[in-house]
Amino acid sequence: MRTTETNEAGLIARIVAGEKELFHELIRPYERMVYLTLFAIVKNESEAEDGAQEAVISAYRHLASFRGDAKFSTWLVTIAINEGRKRLRKAKTAAEESIEEKEEAHEGDYSPAPLTDWREIPLEALERKELREALRVAVRDLPDIYRQVFTLRDLEELNVEETAQALGINPGAVKVRLHRARMMLQKRLVPYLKTTAPARRLFFGRAL
Amino acid sequence: MKLDCKHVWEHISEYIDGSVDAKLREDIERHLEHCEICSAILDSTRNILILTADDRTFELPVGYSERLHERLARELENPGGDLKKK
Repeated sequence: MRTTETNEAGLIARIVAGEKELFHELIRPYERMVYLTLFAIVKNESEAEDGAQEAVISAYRHLASFRGDAKFSTWLVTIAINEGRKRLRKAKTAAEESIEEKEEAHEGDYSPAPLTDWREIPLEALERKELREALRVAVRDLPDIYRQVFTLRDLEELNVEETAQALGINPGAVKVRLHRARMMLQKRLVPYLKTTAPARRLFFGRAL
Repeated sequence: MKLDCKHVWEHISEYIDGSVDAKLREDIERHLEHCEICSAILDSTRNILILTADDRTFELPVGYSERLHERLARELENPGGDLKKK
């Protein structure tokens, strides 16, 4: 990890000093992250791709202002988030945005769904295409604030602090949103997990 | 302290992330030893996270990387060129 960061700092210095072709190399490990961040916000493939290109170009143009007090990845993901939000604002009315903000105050049921016999499900079951598809759909359908935190934490594997910094929210909110997102996904995916292993214990079967 | 299931569920996410304190971790683990329902919830949630982190689950559009680097190459060659065209 440390070597990556040292290499990165060296690369950035050289790019800023004029070896601009090296920017291709700098950005390559983060292409996926930039796209997924955009997609989590705009939820549309071509819009996410356009936005990812804009974010990368913007990062290139502003590279000299990167100070190195944050990680490059966090700085970049922040640019991607801003790009996504800009695109969303264009498409959304102010009224819709205020509805979105209220979501967090909503006292919902964020408990997981009980299931049994999960242990009996072989790991190969995770290889099934329909489970992946179900997960993609479930993530896409999460309320925006939960999908964004889930994407940064569990897809892009940023830590709590980095996620909070990038989204401009506090670490406590990251934890709460992540927990709710995971529980909503667990609940949503239980039916797909159930079908692979019929419940054998009737008592628990009823609880499902 | 003896935990009930609901209490375990509230902390399941932090437990997975290893951010609960030692005492709570111990209480949760003691509960998991005898609670099949919570163990299944924990395992299923963990597996969803494994599946999420698997690159094959969330794929990039075909040709995304090539198009990105082509666009970048144009920008490096002719800064702001794309903007002017628009």
